[in-house]
Amino acid sequence: MSTLMSGARMLVECLAREGVDCMFGYPGGVTLPFYDVLYDHQIRHILVRHEENAAFAAEGYARATGRVGVCCATSGPGATNLTTGLVDAMMDSIPIVAITGQVSTKLIGSDAFQEADTFGITRPCTKHNYLVKKLDDLGQAIHEAFYVAASGRPGPVLVDITKDVLQGQGHYQPVASVHLPGYKVFTEGHTGQIRRAAQLIQESARPLVYSGGGIIAAGATRELREFVELAGTPAVNTLMGLGGLPSSHPNFISLPGMHGSYAANMAMTNADLLIALGVRFDDRVTGRLAAFAPHAKVIHVDIDPAEIGKNRAPEVPIVGDVKRVLAKLNKLLSEAPPTDEKLSAARRAWWRQIRQWKEEHPLEVVKSDTEIKPQHLMGEIDRISGGDAIVSSDVGQHQMWAAQLIRFNEPRLWLNSGGLGSMGFGLPAAIGAQFAHPEKLVFAVVGDGGFQMSIPELATVASYGLPIKIVVMNNGYLGMVRQWQTLFYNNRLSAVELDCFPDAEKLAGAYGFKGRTIDKPWELAPALEEAVREPGPYLLNVKVSPLESVYPMVPAGGAINEMVLGPPQPVAAK
Amino acid sequence: MLQIISLLLENKPGALMRVTGLLSQRGYNIESLTVARTLDPEISRMTIVVDVETAQRQQVIKQMNKLINVLQATDLTDLPAVVRELVLVRIRTAQESRAAVLKEAEIFGGRVVDSSTEGFAIEVTGDPEKLGEFVDVMRSYGEIEATRSGAVVIALEAKRLRLQPPVPTRAGGSKVEEPVA
Repeated sequence: MSTLMSGARMLVECLAREGVDCMFGYPGGVTLPFYDVLYDHQIRHILVRHEENAAFAAEGYARATGRVGVCCATSGPGATNLTTGLVDAMMDSIPIVAITGQVSTKLIGSDAFQEADTFGITRPCTKHNYLVKKLDDLGQAIHEAFYVAASGRPGPVLVDITKDVLQGQGHYQPVASVHLPGYKVFTEGHTGQIRRAAQLIQESARPLVYSGGGIIAAGATRELREFVELAGTPAVNTLMGLGGLPSSHPNFISLPGMHGSYAANMAMTNADLLIALGVRFDDRVTGRLAAFAPHAKVIHVDIDPAEIGKNRAPEVPIVGDVKRVLAKLNKLLSEAPPTDEKLSAARRAWWRQIRQWKEEHPLEVVKSDTEIKPQHLMGEIDRISGGDAIVSSDVGQHQMWAAQLIRFNEPRLWLNSGGLGSMGFGLPAAIGAQFAHPEKLVFAVVGDGGFQMSIPELATVASYGLPIKIVVMNNGYLGMVRQWQTLFYNNRLSAVELDCFPDAEKLAGAYGFKGRTIDKPWELAPALEEAVREPGPYLLNVKVSPLESVYPMVPAGGAINEMVLGPPQPVAAK
Repeated sequence: MLQIISLLLENKPGALMRVTGLLSQRGYNIESLTVARTLDPEISRMTIVVDVETAQRQQVIKQMNKLINVLQATDLTDLPAVVRELVLVRIRTAQESRAAVLKEAEIFGGRVVDSSTEGFAIEVTGDPEKLGEFVDVMRSYGEIEATRSGAVVIALEAKRLRLQPPVPTRAGGSKVEEPVA
């Protein structure tokens, strides 16, 4: 049965059918018909203050839940403002659907007011995109968009809809199935390769699990845990994969890569078998590729065939859903005979070696009596969180310290812009996460740079009364860029000083919530506790020691075992 | 090296842009590209010649196959296939060399499509390398202008000749097929 309705209503019906409960957006001229339907519909529309943040908030929602996040914007500038968030979701494989309005079909190509080639602009920013110029195509496009966004390797999908489609009247026929003949998703994994993988794992003396965002996207944390326990392997989690294995798990080492721990990078370099699960051998993890894991055979499991062999040719390639592949591997491993004594001894030596690396150079919470060290701040957030709070990070030094020092005992607690590294991500993503989990403690851990990119969203936080704890790690610099200038550009600090930062108490006060600035180490714990006790939003501006750098650090182009473990001899500031 | 890719894609708006955009996005240089409908008007066949390092060849195909409008991307570089291209050459030549030009055209299996006192327009099809030689030869007789069509290819292995979607689909669900990874 079909009913006559407007395109705009059809769109909202489709969204409701896809289970959308809230969406993040900003209205405009061509989306007026859509907003008119939303006026009295049960789908909750969250008004952000900039379209880019609508995309980031949708990502935050998706990252925190695994469900598809939805954002919408008007034509022209509304759509172009979404693009950073779309690329961000593309890089981190986050399922979001973006709805944009387009000028009327007959005006397309005429340089009409607020016209932009959204379809063309967003082609490389999305997993797939649609331009809907006929009302009959609308339902199909929306349902396909949700299917494509969430299935296979997840990603952003944009649907651009002309105003005449939104205004037109048509019959809505619920779409029963999605038919995409060119869309291939391989989930099962090749049985023979899985068997070979199990064989290699059983023969390996120094195995290591290198797992990433794919574990979280696939919901495979339980399988991963079972796997590392069955196989008896240590595991590193990438920046995108934190929470894949609980930080408290005895087999967990920490994160590898440019700012990874000594133990993680040494383990990668010395392993004889790398079990790569839902990772893409990103340059920030591998360092100089030619010197990466030189002694290791590689088993690579990924749902995207194009990731396999892209950067490192694996001995055992497995295209499939990592959850299903791990389940099969676990079955094989649990049926396997126990390893012989010689191999067991080698495994014990491997574990001893890893424990020794951990003890030699642990990731430590550095403290001082006079100033707040950034690591101290992250240590305190970790203490309060206890591995259970959502931490939405921005991009830069604080992101690395947070990743190193805050524990995550579950997936979908650590939200950060990993691949694209978009500053301004932290606060809007926290907004999306808080809407998804109203009951959870959500920290937006941001730098003074990224925070100032997302200040407009304080209005969103205030107007919806979101109890987000915004913690600004304020060092007065664009710290990561400053760190590189210090280390690699003779400390010529160019355009990195953020010498003006608003008074946090007054700023938060202007929006009607509490804020405070602290700079003494003894103020830190009580101030954070006060922020968490506060039922509403809280802005805590923490002035930390300004010239601290993130270590360990692998210089660009270096091998990951060539870490710089601490600061060089002090250089006089300009 | 030059890689020859045969692509089946859904004849949908923007499909061509997705393919060319992907190639430039990933840093592959397009040597030539042709596209036209197949017997099924909803499906187009595209032949692309790209200049890529040998190690990247598989990656190009995998990225192409990820495009949702692409039904099948096949690397035909090393497989039994016929590659053909068409060139149209206009040559302005002196009276005394007209006969020689016609003789050369004949050697290359060319066809005169226009003749005037100034010279000829000649059409030749063949494999792209041969056409290059033909153009060089013509150039030695006088001023020329040439338009090449770009390569088209057809695979000679029966199993690669398909116009059907390569993967059976289950309505609404995911497609399950094990790739030979």
